[in-house]
Amino acid sequence: MTKRQTPHSFRGLEVDPRRDHIQGPANAPVTLMEYGDYQCPFCGAAYPIVKQIQQRFGENLRFVFRNFPLAQIHPYAEVAAEAAEAAGAQNKFWQMHDYLYEHQDALALPQLTAAAALLRLDVERFTDDLRQHAYAERVREDFLSGVRAGVNGTPTFFINGVRHDGSWDFGTLSEAINAQLEKRIAA
Amino acid sequence: MTDVTSADQLDRLKAVETRGEARLSANGSSPLSAGVAAPEFSLQDAPDHSLSLKDFSGKRLILAFYPADWSPVCGDQMALYNEVLPEFQRLHADLLGISVDGVWCHRAFAKDRKLRFPLLADFEPKGEVARTYGVYRKHDGFSERALFVIDERGIIRWSYVSPITVNPGADGILDALEELESKGAAA
Repeated sequence: MTKRQTPHSFRGLEVDPRRDHIQGPANAPVTLMEYGDYQCPFCGAAYPIVKQIQQRFGENLRFVFRNFPLAQIHPYAEVAAEAAEAAGAQNKFWQMHDYLYEHQDALALPQLTAAAALLRLDVERFTDDLRQHAYAERVREDFLSGVRAGVNGTPTFFINGVRHDGSWDFGTLSEAINAQLEKRIAA
Repeated sequence: MTDVTSADQLDRLKAVETRGEARLSANGSSPLSAGVAAPEFSLQDAPDHSLSLKDFSGKRLILAFYPADWSPVCGDQMALYNEVLPEFQRLHADLLGISVDGVWCHRAFAKDRKLRFPLLADFEPKGEVARTYGVYRKHDGFSERALFVIDERGIIRWSYVSPITVNPGADGILDALEELESKGAAA
C-alpha cells in the first residue's frame, strides 16, 4: 500500500482575491471554504447554517465559496453555477448565490432569467453569458481544484485548508472553527 | 492555504495513520500493493455481458471497490467519479466500479445516478474478486472502499483503502495516473 505523499488538503486551496468569491476580512484568523452545488439538497440545508456561522464569528471569519456542480445527478447544477458567476461578473455574485439557495426548486433557465431581473442585473448580458457558457470553464476550474484538494461530495468544507470530515451542523462546525481560532490566538 | 501550521499537518497525518491501523486489524487481510500483478477477474457488468481484466490489457485501469449501491450520501463516491471521468480519460484510464451487488441492482443504481462507466457485480461467489485483492470485509459481507490503479501491463501501480465511512475522493487516483503519465513520457 502506498501512502499519499502529500497531505491532500494543501493543493489548490489558496484563496485568490482576484478570482475567489469572498466574504469577511482578508486577515481573518479562520477561513471557511465551501465547495457547493446549487441543486444539492444538502448544500441547501448547509446554506442557513453558514449564515449563522458567519454571524457568530463575525470579523474572525472569512468565507469562500467555490463551485462543485455534480451535473450528472443534478441537471440544473451547472447552469446555476454559471448563473452565479455571470451575476458575479456584474458584481452581484453573493446576491445570486443566496437567491439560488433560497429557490433550489426553481433553477431552470427562465427562472434564472427572472432572478437576474429581480436582482437588477443587465438581463441581456446575463442571458448571453449563459447561452455562450461564458463561465463554464471557470466553473470547471473550481470543480477540478476541489477534486485535487480531496473534495468528495457536496457540500465539502475546508477550515484553514484542512478538510472538515465531520458533520456540518451548527454546533460541530462552530466547534471546529473555534478550535482553529483558539490555536491562532494562542500562537 | 499557506497559513496552515505544520502542527495541523502532523495532526492530520496522525489521524490518517490511526485510521489505517484500525482498518487493517478489523479486516485481517491486507490489500495488494503497488508492484504486484493485478489478479485476473471476469465479472458481469450487465445481465448478458461480462468484463475481464484482460479486456483492458494495454490500457490503464482504475478499479474502485465500494461497499454497496444506493449510498445515502449526496454526491457519493461513484457520482463523484462520474463527474471526474473526463479527467481519468484524459490520463488514458478506464474506470470500473465493483461491489457485491447483483447486476440488476447495479443497473437500477447506474440508471438513477446516470453513471457513464461500468459497474461489476462481485456477486457469486460473493466478494471473490474483493478477496483476491485483499479488500473483502468478511464480517460485514462487503468490500472496503478500495482503489487500485493498474498499468498497461496489468501491474498494480497504486492502491489505497479508505476508512469505510470516508469517501476517498479522486485526488489520489489522479496523482497516481499523472505519475504514470510522466514516467511514460520519460521512458
